[in-house]
Amino acid sequence: MTRFSAWNVFRNGLTGQKGWSRQWRDPEPKKHYDVVVIGAGLHGLATAYYLAKNHSVRNVAVVEKGWLGGGNAGRNTTIVRSNYMMPGNREFYEHSLKLWENLSHELNYNVMFSQRAHVSLLHSPAAVDDAARRYNTMRLTDSDGELWDLEKLKHTIPYLNYGPNSRFPIIGAAVQRRAGTARHDAVAWGYARGADQHGVDILQNCEVTGVTRDNDKVVAIETTRGTISAGKVGFAVAGNTSRLWSMAGLGNLPIESHKLQAFVSEPLKPLLDHVVVFGVGGAHFYISQSDKGGMVFGGDIDWYKSYAQRGNLPIVQDVAEAAMSILPCLGRVKLLRHWSGVMDMSMDGSHFICKTPLNNLYLNAGWNYGGFKASPASGWYFADLIANDRPHPVVENHDLQRFERGINIDERGAGPDPKLHG
Amino acid sequence: MLRIKCPFCGERDHSEFSYGGDGSIVYPALDAPMQDWVEAVFQRENIRGMQTETWQHVNGCRTWLLVERDTMTHEIRSVRAAHPGVAKALEGSS
Repeated sequence: MTRFSAWNVFRNGLTGQKGWSRQWRDPEPKKHYDVVVIGAGLHGLATAYYLAKNHSVRNVAVVEKGWLGGGNAGRNTTIVRSNYMMPGNREFYEHSLKLWENLSHELNYNVMFSQRAHVSLLHSPAAVDDAARRYNTMRLTDSDGELWDLEKLKHTIPYLNYGPNSRFPIIGAAVQRRAGTARHDAVAWGYARGADQHGVDILQNCEVTGVTRDNDKVVAIETTRGTISAGKVGFAVAGNTSRLWSMAGLGNLPIESHKLQAFVSEPLKPLLDHVVVFGVGGAHFYISQSDKGGMVFGGDIDWYKSYAQRGNLPIVQDVAEAAMSILPCLGRVKLLRHWSGVMDMSMDGSHFICKTPLNNLYLNAGWNYGGFKASPASGWYFADLIANDRPHPVVENHDLQRFERGINIDERGAGPDPKLHG
Repeated sequence: MLRIKCPFCGERDHSEFSYGGDGSIVYPALDAPMQDWVEAVFQRENIRGMQTETWQHVNGCRTWLLVERDTMTHEIRSVRAAHPGVAKALEGSS
């Protein structure tokens, strides 16, 4: 596999681009792997990469029903941030952000991570106080956060709707400068290439059709490309976790599958240099501009449970109304595409990286809205769990039993209703 | 847009309704063991396919409904009032 470097780009420019090799192999499944990770999304690929790199576990397969990065890896708004407050979450997401900061170098693959700042608009003194508490907590966890007053915000982002007659006048913003966006495909490809380089087999078009158990142990998985026996198995299939879980005969999970839509407009000249978030009075809206110029934005989930990867029109209208209320200049901009991804909405809005009732089965699930930004740390901690057969202290409360213990890692304080954690 | 046939108001857009959740949950007795409550409050079957779920016609008659809906195709098979007495009364009136 050819490394990317200025010299290689220069050399191949002179030799008709003939010196590049395949980014990853397309191998036939082996009969046995030490670890089989199900799901070649960002989390599964990152897990395989860190298993090989951090723990020297190299006889690993990543099994994918479609093509790698074809699920929620391509159905998000690519926002990366770590403005979480609950214990466990804040350390986890801050670790993830630190991994993002070095990811292009780490993978020798440009993931186009752009630390353009994440600007959460504030509309009341109570919201400012709440943000002060949250962002101070972040700073105590070695992260960054600051509050901007209206003057500073107007100077930095002059074309938001600051009109005195707006329903929720803007009075300031909570800002994380190290947050930003990344190129979603590049993250999947970079991790796939890195994992493959360490000897990991990525098996695409290989759908899991059954899980074979021997009492409290998984012995093999049945796939459309044959039976694969496994020393350890990891599930990383957020959106469809419950289906795989019942295939393994394990019953119910504290998860519901809901869908979230996102949108991209026609390309515009540079307009928005930051990620801007608007959330007040039932509205929920976040927007950034991609490097191609498209405005990338999204809002709430579709509200009712669904496994369909298509969105409904009332949410399109809601999101468009929110867009108009803070960025009226987008009124004539045409929508280019919109898409919908199926997500694991968990009972407290936080994820699961944990052991399961089966001895050699591990679970990575429940990513709610936050799967994209989490993917590097998700892979890091999941690989750590699989390799060492014990949770890292940072994710020790991110298990399935936390509700029984009375622990809810609930950033919004919304209670045990999955649809409210958007 | 889903169209839900409210037994009282007739067929309406789903934006008139508020989604409740899984309608198959049976809450245990107040003095039931904690494990039963954990199951009822936190654990979900999360069916891909036909499931019974609750909706409330908030911008209409405000009746709570039990809707059989496919979570993959969004096809709605049946709608009835969640309260058995109300369901029975509506059945009798039609």
